[in-house]
Amino acid sequence: MTPLAKLLEAALFASARPISTEELATLDTEVSPAELQAALDEIRECYDVEGHGVELAEIGGGWQILTRAEYTEAIERAQLAARPARLSGAALETLAIIAYRQPISRGEIEEIRGVAAGGMLKSLHERGLIDVVGRAEGLGRPLLYGTTPLFLEHFALRHLEELPRADELAIALRAQAKSNDESPTPAGQASE
Amino acid sequence: MTVAYAPPESFTADTAAFVVDVPSFSGPLDLLLTLIREEQVDIYDIPIARICEQFVARIRTLGLNEAAEYLEMAARLVRIKAQMLLPRSESEAWEDPRAELVRRLLEYQQMREVVDVLERRGEERRNQFARAYLPQSPVPPQAPLALSLSELLAAVDRVLRAVKPPKLHEVIPRAIDIPGAISLIRSVLELRARILWTEIVQRDAEPWQILSTLLGLLELAKLGELRVAQPKPFANVEISRDAASEAA
Repeated sequence: MTPLAKLLEAALFASARPISTEELATLDTEVSPAELQAALDEIRECYDVEGHGVELAEIGGGWQILTRAEYTEAIERAQLAARPARLSGAALETLAIIAYRQPISRGEIEEIRGVAAGGMLKSLHERGLIDVVGRAEGLGRPLLYGTTPLFLEHFALRHLEELPRADELAIALRAQAKSNDESPTPAGQASE
Repeated sequence: MTVAYAPPESFTADTAAFVVDVPSFSGPLDLLLTLIREEQVDIYDIPIARICEQFVARIRTLGLNEAAEYLEMAARLVRIKAQMLLPRSESEAWEDPRAELVRRLLEYQQMREVVDVLERRGEERRNQFARAYLPQSPVPPQAPLALSLSELLAAVDRVLRAVKPPKLHEVIPRAIDIPGAISLIRSVLELRARILWTEIVQRDAEPWQILSTLLGLLELAKLGELRVAQPKPFANVEISRDAASEAA
């Protein structure tokens, strides 16, 4: 590996969180972005081609060294590290809504999910997956929530745009809104 | 609705809020979607009466606390059914009372698709470990001391000898006199429109007097009787009558 790749590897190893390209650039100010990217590619290739137990992952706008999934079970069995608890379905639903609609108030989340969201918001906030990003202008100036960098890390996303776009989902709201306009047919009543 | 649902013994009242997930539905919309899927009906043409009946049958097992959100949905279904039964003229523009429900169901379903994506990605990431953050390990405690009883007693004796008799201070309560300070400030402001902090606090004032004056000042400022200004940090504080309250 080149000296730069070794330096980056050492820095990535030292950090528990993903390091952004900008942060990596501060390690050696004379390095151009292209050289930095080449060095990162070199590390990744080295891990993949030589067959290391770790890999270089691009997560949350940064870079992180992660163990390969095939060794997880053995590591956990030996109690060297434990996987974090799975998020509940309700937690995932709340996160999905926030990820797509942020900044969003509690009331709007509750309207979509049809259940109270206060306790869930609190626990997601405690886990650092969401944060208060502001207040709405409307009545009572409710708090607005958004996702955090930790959210991206938790779901191994490079950035929010990596989630499927709303119009890419099997049921796109826009198409449905159109069919709603066409729907006032008396046929609906006949079938009841 | 009878409270037929007996929570498992391990659930205390505190955790009851999380029991909603136990019947494997994360909310009324989830249950509704499941029913629509099970009954294999068109989401744009929901047979409300049939679905409502099924819906109520499913929530019968829920306790009252858990059922509240489901009951609201059941009521909504009944209302939609009632609206659909009302006669309507052919000429009049008619909006399907189910439209709003359909919109919410589709929105919910769309969100569930995102949940699937998140679940998959989260599970993938969960199977990889990052470098863990290791907090600095505390200094290991020293090995237990090997001492004889006489050595221990001698040490206790040394400590007891070194202890000085405690000094007792008598604490005299000096109540802070805010009303007094307020009347003082008011009387000064009656004579002069503008005074300085150093003029109302004497040089040798005791802490309780300074505190009383400060609290009195803040109280009067809150009431709008005066204005407090400090041109720059640590400068003398200027106190002036509030022009607005003077006019009034």
